[in-house]
Amino acid sequence: MTNPILASLKLDAEGFMTDKSQWTKEIAEAIAKQEGLESLTESHWKIIDFCRKTGEQTGKAPTLRTITDGAGVTTKELFALFPKGPAKKVAKIAGLGKPEGCV
Amino acid sequence: MKTFLILGAGTGGTMVANKMSALLDPQEWRIIIVDREEVHYYQPGFLFIPFGIYSPSDVIKPKRKLLPSSVEVIFSDIELIEPDKNKVSLTNGINIQYDYLVAATGCNIYPQETPGLADNWYKNVFDFYTIEGATKLHEFLEKWQGGRLVLNVAEMPIKCPVAPLEFIMLADWYFHKRGMRDKVELVYATPLPGAFTKPICSIMLADVLKGKHITVVPEFNIMEVDNTKQVIRSYDEAEVPYDVLVSIPINKGAEVIKNSGMGDSLNFIPANKHTLQTEKWPNVFIIGDAGNLPASKAVSVAHFMLDILVENILSHMKGQEMRASFDGHANCYVETGFNKAVLIDFNYEVEPLPGLFPLPVVGPFTLVRESRVNHWGKLAFKWIYWNMLLKGIEIPTVHSHMSMSGKEQVSAKYSFGL
Repeated sequence: MTNPILASLKLDAEGFMTDKSQWTKEIAEAIAKQEGLESLTESHWKIIDFCRKTGEQTGKAPTLRTITDGAGVTTKELFALFPKGPAKKVAKIAGLGKPEGCV
Repeated sequence: MKTFLILGAGTGGTMVANKMSALLDPQEWRIIIVDREEVHYYQPGFLFIPFGIYSPSDVIKPKRKLLPSSVEVIFSDIELIEPDKNKVSLTNGINIQYDYLVAATGCNIYPQETPGLADNWYKNVFDFYTIEGATKLHEFLEKWQGGRLVLNVAEMPIKCPVAPLEFIMLADWYFHKRGMRDKVELVYATPLPGAFTKPICSIMLADVLKGKHITVVPEFNIMEVDNTKQVIRSYDEAEVPYDVLVSIPINKGAEVIKNSGMGDSLNFIPANKHTLQTEKWPNVFIIGDAGNLPASKAVSVAHFMLDILVENILSHMKGQEMRASFDGHANCYVETGFNKAVLIDFNYEVEPLPGLFPLPVVGPFTLVRESRVNHWGKLAFKWIYWNMLLKGIEIPTVHSHMSMSGKEQVSAKYSFGL
């Protein structure tokens, strides 16, 4: 069952939000659930906040390396928090576009 | 006398040297190009070496012969670039003061960055992104009796993102030809969610791989190589066993970019993706893999950058606004084995779409679909590379900016079934 919060979102073909102004913490929680994360802990939020800040500064979603270099987490910890593709997953949850490392 | 300095005499640097030597007044400008190696490699040809289709002699020419005599060529490593002082020091003791700099320092593989990857290097772990790796892998495969071949991409971005796919499909063809395909298991473990980076193409290529009985392990982010157990292990503790591991190790820009404080965390120089000017230094530009642009790291991309780069540098020299804008255009022949290939043509905004190239209806090349004519296009590219592309001679019908002509408008939403 899709969360009603998500129904109103503007998304691109790969599920990234296209209208950044729509983002709220509740939306982040809902997207996270859809991405298979039970709940967002403080550690998750630390990463999400870092990515949103980077996104605001550069206009781009940070790559995996930018996150590990800048947010003070190891790659291993990052994968534990956001399994499979962390950079992509955080970008989706943080309401940013697809990280540009993926070309 | 003013100095136009090019660092790196690979594909990008050689093209820039050839083009600029025809455009700059020799009374006013001297052009210098620096490279550590005297040999130029046709890197797209490395892919064919493991399977005996090309030998090293197909992919090697002396660099000096590919550059105009008016260009000063220095073979040396670079010690340091000081863009704030417009100065470059070489390890051979020469210092160069420049007016304009083009960084064409490329990117390379760094197997030592993944724990365990370099331990059994060229024993049962290989790369094919270097002439040594491709040659050693050929020697190994010729004697190999079969087993499980795992191809792994360590991390994106990599040079030529289609090369791993081509490798695994050519491997399928090669083992068929040797009458031992039934003794070989082919596995492709990639950090990407599917076969390729762009959605429509990824879906179409997934079908081709399935038809060839190649197993794709998506979202596999390698943490380490366990040489004792012969498995690669991901950050989320998934294991993929191998008998022979073919790796595309982490790709990074040149060490000198890092040592000079010019690069990002992967030693790529932050540059404007449209003008090709570096973000920090107005008289420093990039071509090819040296920059951090979100475009494929491929020969065709460097080639499409060339005209844009040259036009912008000339405008900048005259104090005019830089009007030429790079669109991220890439055009890649993807070998699929059995003398067939797929052609993909895309840019920053438009993903590879099916259709015909370069002309609608007549083609002759088929976009995103396999055909024999594409394979001949791929092989003809070697001649074009040596004789036209490096010299900056225009290739008819293939333009810097991507064209929508001949492309079918398929939406990713449609192919995803969303």
